[in-house]
Order: sequence, then C-alpha cells, then structure tokens
Amino acid sequence: MLIVRTVERWLRPILLLVSVYLLSGGHQSPGGGFVGGLVAAVPFALHALVYNAPSARRLLRTDPHFLMALGLFCAMWSGFTGVFLGAPYLTGKWVEWELPLLGHVDMGTPVIFDIGVYFAVMGVTLMIILSLAEEE
Amino acid sequence: MEGMLAVVVGVLYAASFYLLLRPSMVKLIIGLGLLSHAANLLLFTVGRVTRVNPPIAPVGALAPVEPFANPLPQALILTAIVISFGVLAFAMVLLYRSYQMSGTDNLNEMRRTDS
Amino acid sequence: MKLLLVFPLLIPLSTAILCMLTWYNRSLQRSLALLGSGALLVTAIRLLTRVTVHGIQAVQMGAWPAPQGITLVADLFSSVMVLVSAVIGFAVMLYSLAHMDSGRESHGYYPLFNFLMMGVCGSFMTGDLFNMYVWFEVLLTSSFVLIALGGERAQVEGAIKYVTLNLISSALFLAGVGILYGLAGTLNMADLAVKIPQLGKTHLVTACALVFLVAFGIKAAVFPLFFWLPASYHTPPVAVSAIFAGLLTKVGVYALIRVFTLIFVGETSFTHSLILVVSALTMVTGVLGAVAQNEFRRILSFHIISQIGYMIMGLGLYTVAGLAGSIFYIVHHIIVKTNLFLVSGAVERCGGSFELKKLGGIYLKFPLLAALFLIPALSLAGMPPLSGFFAKLSLIQEGLVLKEYLVSGVALVVGFLTLFSMMKIWHEVFWKDAPVGAAPLTARRQESLAGLLFPVALLALLTVYLGVGAEGLFWLSQRAAQQLMHPSEYLAAVLKR
Repeated sequence: MLIVRTVERWLRPILLLVSVYLLSGGHQSPGGGFVGGLVAAVPFALHALVYNAPSARRLLRTDPHFLMALGLFCAMWSGFTGVFLGAPYLTGKWVEWELPLLGHVDMGTPVIFDIGVYFAVMGVTLMIILSLAEEE
Repeated sequence: MEGMLAVVVGVLYAASFYLLLRPSMVKLIIGLGLLSHAANLLLFTVGRVTRVNPPIAPVGALAPVEPFANPLPQALILTAIVISFGVLAFAMVLLYRSYQMSGTDNLNEMRRTDS
Repeated sequence: MKLLLVFPLLIPLSTAILCMLTWYNRSLQRSLALLGSGALLVTAIRLLTRVTVHGIQAVQMGAWPAPQGITLVADLFSSVMVLVSAVIGFAVMLYSLAHMDSGRESHGYYPLFNFLMMGVCGSFMTGDLFNMYVWFEVLLTSSFVLIALGGERAQVEGAIKYVTLNLISSALFLAGVGILYGLAGTLNMADLAVKIPQLGKTHLVTACALVFLVAFGIKAAVFPLFFWLPASYHTPPVAVSAIFAGLLTKVGVYALIRVFTLIFVGETSFTHSLILVVSALTMVTGVLGAVAQNEFRRILSFHIISQIGYMIMGLGLYTVAGLAGSIFYIVHHIIVKTNLFLVSGAVERCGGSFELKKLGGIYLKFPLLAALFLIPALSLAGMPPLSGFFAKLSLIQEGLVLKEYLVSGVALVVGFLTLFSMMKIWHEVFWKDAPVGAAPLTARRQESLAGLLFPVALLALLTVYLGVGAEGLFWLSQRAAQQLMHPSEYLAAVLKR
C-alpha cells in the first residue's frame, strides 16, 4: 500500500504533464483534446482508487460538472472567432507568433476548441468514475 | 480481407442479438456493447479497407502522400465509439441501480410498468 | 445573419452551460432556464419568418464546402418544427418551474432539459445524415438521464426498456448510415439525393431504406416497434413525460419524412405503400391499446402511437396535399398531446393519483381545469372547430382523392375511438363522483395549481387559434410540403448550384 501511495504521488504531475503534451501536439500529430482529457482524469481516478472518492474530490478542488461546463464554454466560444471575422460559425482561424522561449507557435481556434474538449472529457470521465466510486 | 470482416460483423450481430434476447441484465449490457461494435465494424468495412498511407500530412507538406486511406469512416467510427462509450456507461449505472433496488438481474421480473 | 441558423443550437447549449456553472444556485438556474427557452422561442419565430420570406437557408459549418462539410439547413418544414419545439419547450419550462421537485432540480434537471432541446433542434436543422445521428444521440442521452432522474423503482424499470430499445435503434441507424456511405460515398443529404438515383442499384438502396425505416420507426414508435413507449412514458415526472410525448417521437417522424422524401424515393410503390400499411396498423393498435388502459398517462401514451399513424399516413400517400396534412397534424399533435400530459399532472395535483379508479369529481371542484382538459381532448379526437379536425380532414380527404379507401376508413374510425377514449377519461376523472376515501385536497396543492394551469391555458388557446385560424398554418404546411416534394430548392440552397 505504501508503494502504491508513493508512486501515486509521483505519478500525478507526470500524468498531468503527459496530458498537456498530448493536448498541445494534437493538431499536427496523434493526440488531441480527447486523449489528453482522458489522461488528465487518470491521476484523480488513481487517487480515488488508492484513497477514496471524497479525497479525490478534494484533490480536484472543483466539481467535475464545472470542468464540463468550462470545456463546453471554451468549445462554444472558439466557434465565434470566425463569426467576428465574417466567416461562418466554427471556421478555423490561425495566428503565428515568435515567442522568446517556445519559438514558433501556431495558435488558432481549433486549439481552443481542443482545450474545451480536454476539459469536457476530463469532467465527464471524472464524473462517471467518482460517482461510481461513491456508490458503495 | 473484406470477406473476413463481413463474417466477423455477422458473428458480432448474431452474438449481440442472442445476448439481447437473454433475460439477464449483464448479458443485455454485453449485447448492447457488441451491437455497437458490430455497427462500427460494418461502417469500417463498407468504407473500403485499403492498405495505403495514413491520411496525415507529413511535416511541411500540405496534403498526405497519395494514395492515402479515406479518413472519413475512421472519423465517423471514432465519434460513434465515443458516443457509445458514454451511453453504455450510463446504461451500466442504470442497470446497477435497478439491481440494487430489485435484487434481481432477471429482466423477466420487470413487469412493474407493463400493466 | 449566418448565426441565425446556429442560434437554435447555441441558445440551449449556452443556457445549459450557464445552468451547470450555477449548479448550486437553484433559483438562478430557474430564471436562466426560463430566459433561455424564451430566447429560443424568439429566435425560432425569426427563423421561420426569414425562411418564409427569403426561401431555404443553408450555412456551412466551419466554411467547409457542401458535400464535405456539415450543413445546417432551414427549410419551411424544419423551421416550423423548430418553432413548435420552442413553443413546447417554453410551456413545459413554465410548468416545470411550478411542478419540478427540488431534488431533481438540484441534480441537473435544467441543464439536461436544455441539452435535450439542443438535440431536438439539431436533428431538425442538420443537412447531414451522420450529423443527424449525433444529434439523435445528444437528445437520447439527455432523455435517458431525464427519464431516470430521481431513481424511483418504476422509473428505473421504464428507463431500462426505453434505453435498450433506443440504443438498438441507434445502432441500426448507424449501420444504415454506414451502408449508405458505402453505396454513395457521401452523407450530405442533398448530395445523397443527387447521387442515389445515379447509382442505379435500386434494390440495394431500397434494402437500405428499410434499415432506416426500422431505425426511425423504433424512435417514432410505429406499429410493430412501439412497445417501449407505453412501458416508459408514464414513469417520470409529468413535465418530463410531457416534453417526451410532444417532441421525441416526432423527431423520429421528422427523420422518416426527411429521408423518405429526399433520399429514398426510387421505389415509392414499395416503400411508401409499406409506410401506408404501417400507418393504418399503427392507428388501430394504438387506439385499441388505449381502450384497455385505466391509467391517465398510459391512455395518453397509447394515443401517441395511434396519432403517429396519422402523421406517417401523409408520408405514405406521398403527395403534396398528403404531406401538408402530415405537417399540419404534427404541429397540432405536438401542442395538444403535450397539453394533455400537462393536464394529467394538474389532475394528479388535485386528485392525488393517475389511476382513473381513484379519481373523480374534478369537474365540481375545478371547472376551469375540466374545461382546459376538454379543449385539447376534443381537438385530439378531431372535433370542429379545433385544430385536430382540420388535421384529420386534410389527411382523409387526400386519402379519398387517391382512392386509398381502406386507410381513410381506418383513420375515420380511429378518430371516433379516440373520442370514446377521451370521453372515458372525462367521465372517470371529471364527471363521476369522487370515490370514497379519495385523498383530500390540501392547501399546498391548491396553491401551486395556478402555476400549472397557466401554461396549460396558453397551449389550449394555441389549439383553438390553430383551429379557428387553420388557414394560415395550412398555407404554411402546403408550402413546406411543396418544398419536400420538389427538393430542387433544397438542393440548390445546400449545394450552391
């Protein structure tokens, strides 16, 4: 049990980092908001397994349905950028930046949409897992 | 390849219908799962099975290398899988609740709403 | 302008998001939900006027051109459906505010309701078959949760039947979509309408059409596929069963009409005759099932089935006048049937039960409620001058013109049986003396009755208006049917040719 608990603590940040990596790589290579969101839900699910569901909720600091709402909100508003520029809803718009540390960065509405998917999937997965874990 | 996949689709459908017709709730869930797998595999098969390049543009290029596979059936299947994942999770919780309340997993005893 | 077509989807979505963000503040959720359904109503009216004046509107999501990208289309049929759904959504929302219990409210009733409305509007507006599948799933998933929300034992059992049968139908729908894609290589409905006749594989397409007939038939609850409906619709709270009764089966009917006027028109002598036979059988079984029932909402559930028969009868006739009759009937039915379910909830509030045996004497105590029952009930049975009369009249007239005497006769007889069934409810619930030992009326119940009766009266007024002013709606459904029968305008709007 001690080993599991220790490993769980060390895995948490790594898993979150992996999920962000998957999310950020999503547009040009395999990955994306869906997988990223699933991976992001893993540390909390693992915590619920090792300890219990209320403890995982405390670790999350917010309710899964707020995450879902946040995700849906991002996804919905990413569609409006195109509209403000005179194109139909959900049209993809891109800008390119040269940032000091990161170098060449593509930023666009599909990325914001993907971030929305990330949070929505994370919220849904956690909602299912935590409510099932609380059933006992 | 298509012939083999067609046979697998048929077997999946047959198995799922068999399970759906059983009175057990657990078998009902497995049957529903197999049913959606069967539909997804059918979608995959009729979308033409080809052995070509993946439909992803290499770095720096604007289009994938010809000939490339049709990405649409895969996108459709991915969507359908995600949907069936969510719905099956809900159905599982529902059946579990029902099992907790009635203490049986026999669907034939569910006659409360039939009269 | 481009947003007008997206708004019927975005308004329920943003309302749902806002309701989720205010999860722990019930009173804020209630006002947000009311605001959202009001906004949807206004948008739907604007959409309909725009489509009436400027013709069919189409917009490509994400600016991807037509057969590849997803199209949202609003022709007259779909915008009429969106408007009726918005009206019903608004009325049921008003009713929910007075009727829904706090437990369900704090477990996400309002977000789910809005997701349901988004799914319904999306199914009406989409021009892409796979996208329609996705919208169906959106509305089904939220309806699954709504029907099980609260978790009473009867509810859970009803939900299991509902979920299972609807999942099977979704899987069939998906399989049909797959086969159609394999045949034609496209899923845009307008593009399919162009490509399917060029294929020349008529029989294969007809086989595929039958897959769709079964898949949508389960959702619309037509003759051999309706068993899930009376087993589940009477289990959830009244507001939920009212919105289900009004909208969900009608989405199935809409999908049937859409694909069988746009895509599967190669072998109408077979497919549409089959639909006509199914419609007659649906009418008869539904109404006979209702005669045998003794529970308010179960009677109404069986009547939904028999009325579905009328709606697809117009599709089976497959003429402009027949389809116009169908569209008129759908509009009339959605309003009247929702209203009857809402009345059943008010009766339950007064008499404490849905069982006819335990009810009685409502007329003496609440004459207003009795009058508000009579209007939709007589309209459902087809009494002039209410909307149901004109709906039935136009269908039967067209049936006689086309010499389909059998189905027209069935439609007539079923109308009389419906009247009989409504009179049974009238006698048992309102007219006869209250049974001995009936639950006495508490003050709390009486207080909240006004909130329940307001939306009921609103819908009853609408029924009367649609009867007296039938000409306007008839003109509209006539034009909508013309667009359906001659899809060239639809194709031009979507494919930009």
